[in-house]
Amino acid sequence: MADVNRGNRPLSPHLTIYRPQLTSMTSILTRITGNAMLISALLIVWWFLAAATSPEAYALADGFLTSWFGDLVMTFSVLGLWYHTLAGVRHLIWDNGIGLDIPTAEKMGWAVVIGSVVLTVITIILV
Amino acid sequence: MSYLTDRKRATGMGSAKTGTEHFWLMKVSSVALLLLIPLFVFTFGPMLGETHENVLAYFARPFPAIVAALTIGVTFMHFKNGAQTMIEDYVHGTSQKVAIIFVICLSYAAAATGLFAIARIAL
Repeated sequence: MADVNRGNRPLSPHLTIYRPQLTSMTSILTRITGNAMLISALLIVWWFLAAATSPEAYALADGFLTSWFGDLVMTFSVLGLWYHTLAGVRHLIWDNGIGLDIPTAEKMGWAVVIGSVVLTVITIILV
Repeated sequence: MSYLTDRKRATGMGSAKTGTEHFWLMKVSSVALLLLIPLFVFTFGPMLGETHENVLAYFARPFPAIVAALTIGVTFMHFKNGAQTMIEDYVHGTSQKVAIIFVICLSYAAAATGLFAIARIAL
């Protein structure tokens, strides 16, 4: 729409002037966790490919994933995974037009944050 | 001076394209992953750090192999659509197209690689 004179209209309030809110933080974290997990997803594909290839390739991939650095990556991935899963559930609820008011959205936001930490601890204990 | 009407300028802009199908694909894959992810975490997780023989034996069994294959396939299709939405929000013009094509190609390549590896172990 390059040919349209937009005039000197006031712009809508910009992101930077807002105080951080639970709703906006939980929203952007959903996007960050979802896209960051590409790293762990590719590592897992590498692990499967290595296991299918040879014992040497498997030793390399498994050695990396179970090193202190691999453990760090996988632990944060599990946290991101449960966070993204619970945040996804919240979206599935919202899709029905339920829980869109701010008090309920904030309650579900805390449920997502706390729930993901609890599920991560359970996963670390069980796996 | 423009000869286009306002209606004509708006048609096809912004999200007024194929949003419904994209939304539906995300919804279906997210519901599928809601079931698959817990199954995958508690089947794949314990195998990390296991010996090569144990891993081969475990993923030769139907249930872990099917869970792993479905999880990898559905995850990368879900990622493909989700990452495309993120790119559409932050990247524009030619770089947007380049980034979206890259993400789609990467998603299919990773999914195919994972499925090949699991098939080779399982069969």
